[in-house]
Amino acid sequence: MLAFAIRRLFEAALVMVTVALIAFTLFRFVGDPINQMVGQDTSIEDRLKLREELGLNEPIVVQFGRFLGNAARFDFGISYQVKQPVTSIIADRFPATLELALAAALFAVVLGIPMGVYTGIHRDSWLSKFFLTVSLIGISLPTFLIGILLIYVFAVKLGVLPSFGRGEVVRVGFWRTGLLTTSGLKAIIMPAVTLGLFQMTLVTRLVRAEMLEVLRTDYIKFARARGLPDRAINFGHALKNTLVPVITVIGLQLGAIIAFAIITETVFQWPGMGLMFIQAVQNADIPVMAAYLMLVAFLFILINFIVDLVYVRVDPRIRIFGRAG
Amino acid sequence: MKLKTLVVAGAMALGLAATPAAAKTFRYAFQGDLNALDPYTLNESFTLGALGNVMEGLTKRDKDLKIIPGLAERWEIVDPLKWRFYLRKGVQFHNGEAFTADDVVFSLDRMRSPGSQIKTRAPADMKAVKVDDHTVDFVLASPNPILHAEWDTWYIYSKPWSEANGATQAQSPTATSLNPFALKANGTGPFTIVSHEPGVKTVFKPNPSWWGKPEHNLTEVTFQTIKNDATRVAALLSGEIDMMDPVPVQDIDRIKSNPNVTVLIGPELRTIFLNMDSFRDELLYSSVKGKNPFKDARVRKAFYQAIDMEAIHTKVMRGMSVNSALLISPLLYARAGEFKRHPYDVAAAKKLLSEAGYASGFEVEMDCPNDRYVNDEGICQAVAQMLARVDIKVKLNAMPKAKYFDKAGPNKKYDSSFNLLGWTPGSFDSWNVIENIIGCRDADGKGGLFNYGGYCNPKMPELNKKILVESDIAKRDAMIAEAFRLNHEEAGVIPLHQQSLAWGVSKKVEMAQRADNQILFYWVKMK
Repeated sequence: MLAFAIRRLFEAALVMVTVALIAFTLFRFVGDPINQMVGQDTSIEDRLKLREELGLNEPIVVQFGRFLGNAARFDFGISYQVKQPVTSIIADRFPATLELALAAALFAVVLGIPMGVYTGIHRDSWLSKFFLTVSLIGISLPTFLIGILLIYVFAVKLGVLPSFGRGEVVRVGFWRTGLLTTSGLKAIIMPAVTLGLFQMTLVTRLVRAEMLEVLRTDYIKFARARGLPDRAINFGHALKNTLVPVITVIGLQLGAIIAFAIITETVFQWPGMGLMFIQAVQNADIPVMAAYLMLVAFLFILINFIVDLVYVRVDPRIRIFGRAG
Repeated sequence: MKLKTLVVAGAMALGLAATPAAAKTFRYAFQGDLNALDPYTLNESFTLGALGNVMEGLTKRDKDLKIIPGLAERWEIVDPLKWRFYLRKGVQFHNGEAFTADDVVFSLDRMRSPGSQIKTRAPADMKAVKVDDHTVDFVLASPNPILHAEWDTWYIYSKPWSEANGATQAQSPTATSLNPFALKANGTGPFTIVSHEPGVKTVFKPNPSWWGKPEHNLTEVTFQTIKNDATRVAALLSGEIDMMDPVPVQDIDRIKSNPNVTVLIGPELRTIFLNMDSFRDELLYSSVKGKNPFKDARVRKAFYQAIDMEAIHTKVMRGMSVNSALLISPLLYARAGEFKRHPYDVAAAKKLLSEAGYASGFEVEMDCPNDRYVNDEGICQAVAQMLARVDIKVKLNAMPKAKYFDKAGPNKKYDSSFNLLGWTPGSFDSWNVIENIIGCRDADGKGGLFNYGGYCNPKMPELNKKILVESDIAKRDAMIAEAFRLNHEEAGVIPLHQQSLAWGVSKKVEMAQRADNQILFYWVKMK
């Protein structure tokens, strides 16, 4: 187990450095941050001085080395635009994104699994067909379109949900949550649905396919022959055995939800990291972009690691194999 | 007992009825963020506008942009090298400190601190001399008729407060930690800032001890960023906000058709124009080798006359622009009416091209921002198509602003042959345009930083120097006209139009729209 963790740690470090390297090669093409920082009347001397002070004139290798050195101490510099330390901006924005991602994942799982099970068992019922059609829409419409449609219906036409923002937030320790106020809960519904719809579809279809597969196996037939109730067969035996791939996918998708919340956050003006990242790209705010990419890479690694651990709990075969190895 | 109950109930009912009527919260949204609350660190009209509700300069500008007294009651030009400002008495900062001449002298030093982005608000060699607590002299090295033109956005800081809060210098862009004051503001203005979360929400409240007579009837103001165009429109339509800026051109009709909201449209000061590289001896991105066709004024004029501005006005801008013969808004230059655009005339353009030796046209690349000005990329596409009619083949490179300013600007030594740019003179004065846009520059940008084509008329530098120090308004305007005429005749830079402002406003709100696009809610009245 320890060897496993250490090997993972080493791999993680390698992945992070690679991501940083790729990011830095790309930063050369994002444009000039200076024009967005200074006033239009700033003289050419002052502009050049600022470039010099920010270290933008140094070779990319030197900039990269300095970035790695600072990043190892969790210092990601100061945002060119907001003029705050990047770590504190991210600490401010991260709760919003994580709450949104978890709400979206919850929505996907809570609706996706039952729909998958149902459509797996009752293959030909009209409700199954309805579920599958809905899920097809979820997978084929682009996120921003779904968001705008929801806003149009629920905010403009019906006026029941807010069209933007996060509502009132309350502070619990360092964490600012919107989940404890009515306006915050109302505000999270549409973004979470928008963000989670694709994942819900994925979960539904995955569970359905796995259910169909498992229901054909011999042990299910034996269980039926033994006269076990349908409930026990479907949920106790069949569903449990479909969960390994489902957990993998949900786990990896959680990383994707956090990383790709960008569009949803922009549409709903959700004050999370994705919105911060978009603004950073537009203004060539390199410290913010670098830190965000590193954080996302780290989250992917972390989630993968947790998924590996969960496997061991869910699937006894891996556990036994792991011990033997 | 019963009577008492009734009275209490009645009082409560009155109280309940009175509260919503008295509480007037104005909620507005803009596409960009309000970041640091230090107006010296970002010279940008939205930020300066938002903070202009909280802080004040020696002068102010009224709804028509006319300079009016602010923290200075009046001023006089003692001699061309000495301006005397008489400060308003009895003015308090939000924290209760009295406003005095020391604050003005201190604010001048702060404006010149290394991190400041507003250093050009006053000449570098100007000195501030305190005469008494409420009089300040500004001593100049050379005459300057527009000395106070930008002082409405040179907001005055309290000296004792700045010292107590470590705010004596503007936040440096390279500082490794955040100055605590960057998220606080202490001004003399009609509103105070209650809370500020950058990029999320800012709350303002009226300042009860403001020196002036309030023209608003608000009890609270909230500002939020809404970046996405469609969401901003939806938030206005659903009544979650009372005002937003900007309205996307394609959504104007939709908003107007809603009974609760409307669109305020007005001219903006920014002028959009085209630059052609007439600086290099060989054009970089072109089929023409060994020479530069844009050095020939006939070619530039042919480009000018081949562009159908009426079509751009109606098709690309959907009526949301005013075509311009000048590089400055007619609101800012008294003699603007004397100038007329060269007419759109394809035959004349072809003739000019063949006279210059390009009867069969040539190829050129055009650089264009796609997220900076209203429909910037659309304008460039239209220009490219129109030039095709005179056999000029334009290859369009549209790109985000960060990339565009990097490539076409001084950073890469103006690595562009043909491009589109917009400009609002910060001083609202023509000299700024002549200096920055059509001033002769070297390869690095010295002389005319935003002259992206490097156009140069040898008479311009001399003229420019004279305009800077001429105090006689009529003579000055005549010299400005001369400078603009030079550019007009040679088509050095091709002016296109001034874009229009479009604010989405609830019908509950009455507000003034100023052409510099500052949102000043001290003029907002709500029903």
